[in-house]
Amino acid sequence: MRVSLIVARRELAGYFATPVASVFIVIFLVLQGALTFNIGDFFERGQADLGAFFTFIPWVFLLLVPAVTMRLWAEERRLGTIELLLSLPIREWEAVLGKFLAAWAFCAIALVLTFPIVITVNLLGSPDNGVIASGYVGALLTAAAFLAIGAAVSALTKNQVIAFVLGVAVCFVFAVTSYPLVTDFLSRQAPVLAAVARRLAVIDRFDDFVRGVVSARDLIFFVTFIVFWLFLNTMIIEARKAD
Amino acid sequence: MSEAEPPLIEIDRLTKRFGHFTAVDDISFEVRRGEVLGFLGPNGAGKSTTMRMLAGFMPPSAGTARICGHDVQSDSVAARRMLGFLPEGAPTYPDMTVTGVLTFVARIRGYHGRDLPARLEDAIALTRLESVRLQPIETLSKGFKRRVGLALALLHDPPVLVLDEPTDGLDPNQKHEARELIRGMAQHKAIVISTHILEEVDAVCTRAIIIAAGRIVADETPTALCARHESGRLDDVFRELTTRSAARAAWERSKTLEDAA
Repeated sequence: MRVSLIVARRELAGYFATPVASVFIVIFLVLQGALTFNIGDFFERGQADLGAFFTFIPWVFLLLVPAVTMRLWAEERRLGTIELLLSLPIREWEAVLGKFLAAWAFCAIALVLTFPIVITVNLLGSPDNGVIASGYVGALLTAAAFLAIGAAVSALTKNQVIAFVLGVAVCFVFAVTSYPLVTDFLSRQAPVLAAVARRLAVIDRFDDFVRGVVSARDLIFFVTFIVFWLFLNTMIIEARKAD
Repeated sequence: MSEAEPPLIEIDRLTKRFGHFTAVDDISFEVRRGEVLGFLGPNGAGKSTTMRMLAGFMPPSAGTARICGHDVQSDSVAARRMLGFLPEGAPTYPDMTVTGVLTFVARIRGYHGRDLPARLEDAIALTRLESVRLQPIETLSKGFKRRVGLALALLHDPPVLVLDEPTDGLDPNQKHEARELIRGMAQHKAIVISTHILEEVDAVCTRAIIIAAGRIVADETPTALCARHESGRLDDVFRELTTRSAARAAWERSKTLEDAA
């Protein structure tokens, strides 16, 4: 764990050493703001809550989170620094966890910077801040789920563009598995899988948090989902680090 | 240096295959404290592959490697604590400063508090990086980058050093300094360096292994090696050994193909 935090610290500093951090944060805030106020009809709804804000969060993450994770392993491979990193006294899972934590902390910083909207809604009305807090927890967990996918995909290639596109694709699949598009198809072809797919949908789990419901079932889902992808990431690194 | 001490590096029947291609073919050798082993061979002979397996970075297809008695696969973290490794091309993080990357590696190696700056200063002084310590690595010349890689390998004063082309890209003065550095440490360590520069073998190595097409074709002192050719020049010995064995390997390969057909 100590080693993971050292890796995380270097990785997080790496985001801020390049324009990646500012570009990502600005685009995230602008996109999230535009969607909330224009398409989400934040004012016209006449409700003191962040429903309009949270509706778009998973979709914005879907697009931007793979941009945060694409460099994690792909760049180490391209530069050859993976050989430096993994010949240090460090276990693969420690490096995987460290990189994931850095990316997660980075997304958390971006989320924290959306605080003006919380202030706005509190000035305009009296929202249920408990619901808002649980929405933010859900947003953090959704980001973590997508980050875990993106990091694992990044470990497969030394090309960041491939890592990004594959990351978006895989995240999309897990975002929409409960949508009729997928479930209708599956219930015709393989009804057993349809039931499974419905339970794997990240966005459905997130919606529970947005409604203010923090259930053990959803928490266990997110933890299991994230651990699964981090485990897969470790396996990929162990098997293919020298390729 | 006691004769009773077990070798610090033990390589036993190490083999690496990539599909049908055998990059490293059943090689075994040991390196004791006080030895500087020059690892020679043409490009693609399997030098870097062997060093990667020794560093625990690349899993071998067969055979074992041990550093200070620790198996590099089953006890890899313990083995890597004893090892300073300079990978081929000396890769480092380009957006970090020299001090930044040294601090990162020192922390992972478990240094903290007052020990950390002391280790950093030692490594910086040994590799003469004082003038560029706050510069981002991407702005450095090739020679400085190589020295940063060297500093990272030396940081924890390990008993075993594995350096893949440590003097590549250095100018003649820097090469001289790097050799002096290696010679100065040799007494207390087991060192393996790979190189294309044959004069280097004479200058720093106590022993040389020539590898060609994945196999060891010579393992003796530089003097004994030179005596193999009437000219007494290592160049000639190297050329004769590596071209002959490469030709034999090609012939064997064509023969197995014929047999298969």
